[in-house]
Amino acid sequence: MAEVVEQEKVAKAPKEPLFSKKNRKLVTDPLTDNNPITIQVLGICSALAITAELKASIVMAIAVLFVLGVGNVVISLMRNIIPSKIRIIVQLVVVATLVIIVDLVLKAFAYELSKTLSVFVGLIITNCIIMGRFEAFALANGPWKAFLDGIGNSFGYGVILIIVGFFRELLGSGTLLGFPVLGNPIAGEKTGLYALGYENNGFMLLAPMALIVLGIVIWIQRSRNEALIEEN
Amino acid sequence: MEKRTDKNSYTILFAIGMVIVVGSLLAYAASALKGKIDENKRIEKQQNILYAMGVNENEEASVEFVSKDKVENEFSKYVKKQLVIQGDKITEDDKAYLIDVKKEKTLAKEDSYQRRLPLFIGDKEGLTFYVVPIRGKGLWDAIWAYVALDKDMVVLGVYFDHAGETPGLGANIKQRFFMDDFIGEHVFSNGSFKGINVVKGNADPLNKDKTDNEVDAITGSTITGDGVTAMLRSELKLYVPYFKTLK
Repeated sequence: MAEVVEQEKVAKAPKEPLFSKKNRKLVTDPLTDNNPITIQVLGICSALAITAELKASIVMAIAVLFVLGVGNVVISLMRNIIPSKIRIIVQLVVVATLVIIVDLVLKAFAYELSKTLSVFVGLIITNCIIMGRFEAFALANGPWKAFLDGIGNSFGYGVILIIVGFFRELLGSGTLLGFPVLGNPIAGEKTGLYALGYENNGFMLLAPMALIVLGIVIWIQRSRNEALIEEN
Repeated sequence: MEKRTDKNSYTILFAIGMVIVVGSLLAYAASALKGKIDENKRIEKQQNILYAMGVNENEEASVEFVSKDKVENEFSKYVKKQLVIQGDKITEDDKAYLIDVKKEKTLAKEDSYQRRLPLFIGDKEGLTFYVVPIRGKGLWDAIWAYVALDKDMVVLGVYFDHAGETPGLGANIKQRFFMDDFIGEHVFSNGSFKGINVVKGNADPLNKDKTDNEVDAITGSTITGDGVTAMLRSELKLYVPYFKTLK
């Protein structure tokens, strides 16, 4: 770990512009070529748990954006004083503290929002993407780069969450963000698609279908992106 | 050469320092915000009780409470009396809505303690509402509800809430399509206490039959639904003696 830090310092000697090509890549890479969910297959647990609704996916994406962005900066600022033997514990403490403080502040000033978020608090703390970025990136890079990396990765995570949430809510409940978009499914008063004999697929709401939808997303991405097609 | 940060003594000192800093930071945040958080919880309780009575700002399919600045007035306007039932003793207490049902449930596990049961008597458009707060277990965490009943224990309105049910599944107990199903349901069946069951494969999906003691369950949230059934049965039962005295 120490060596990596040393090397990084040497390499960074000439001052880089804030939005150099390399820095921009930190944000754009996780969106496609190095997506934390579809390529690195991290953060799957939360992606399965909360994507039955589009709204929950969006809330989770925003929450992770905040925690990963700020957490990466904090870890990066502390990177030279964190003892390597207990670095994982330090990372956990940082992310747990951040989440709890945010939760308390929301409870005091935006009570309604905090009620929606409370379900996610545990899921954010244990999200492997957050721990993964702290360990792999923030510990070895400066705060600005770490911030960009945090933003990039949480966007990459959020995009997949929203795609999966969109299809699961649409096909599972026939609604989007809670609004019925396919008509009224109640027996006896059917309208829209339901009047033509369409039925919601209740299986879409269960975790196995999240895995299958995610698999389809990965399949489409891998078959279209040449950089990801393996030789054999 | 060993780096300074690899030393055991440094590691231990760092850990101690971190615990002190983080601990005091969290303790400070928690105590500084406690007043505001408690106030929010109090307002929420008033909003929930009013919601069960049908005093709300609902639109088409949404759940909207009376707004925060109006809640205090509306609460004193509609809620006429607050009672605390403890065994045979019934006392009036205008702070009854602040009783922590969770705490009472825990205390009641000891035989020597007689659980305090809050009950709010409301009046809206000449109709008398008996609102009771109840609490139970869902799949992941606690679920609770405010149930408004008439004097025969027929449901006039409910408000369900939960601490951490699955979004899109169990969490839907606080949606209109589920809560509205309870309105008009009977808790008694042929003169004996039965509760209201949340059932799958309900032969009455539109819920036209209000005397079958059944409402339609939510797909994919069996355990939360069973939790609602169990909560209604065990908790409403405690209030039956009081409702008998109204006859």
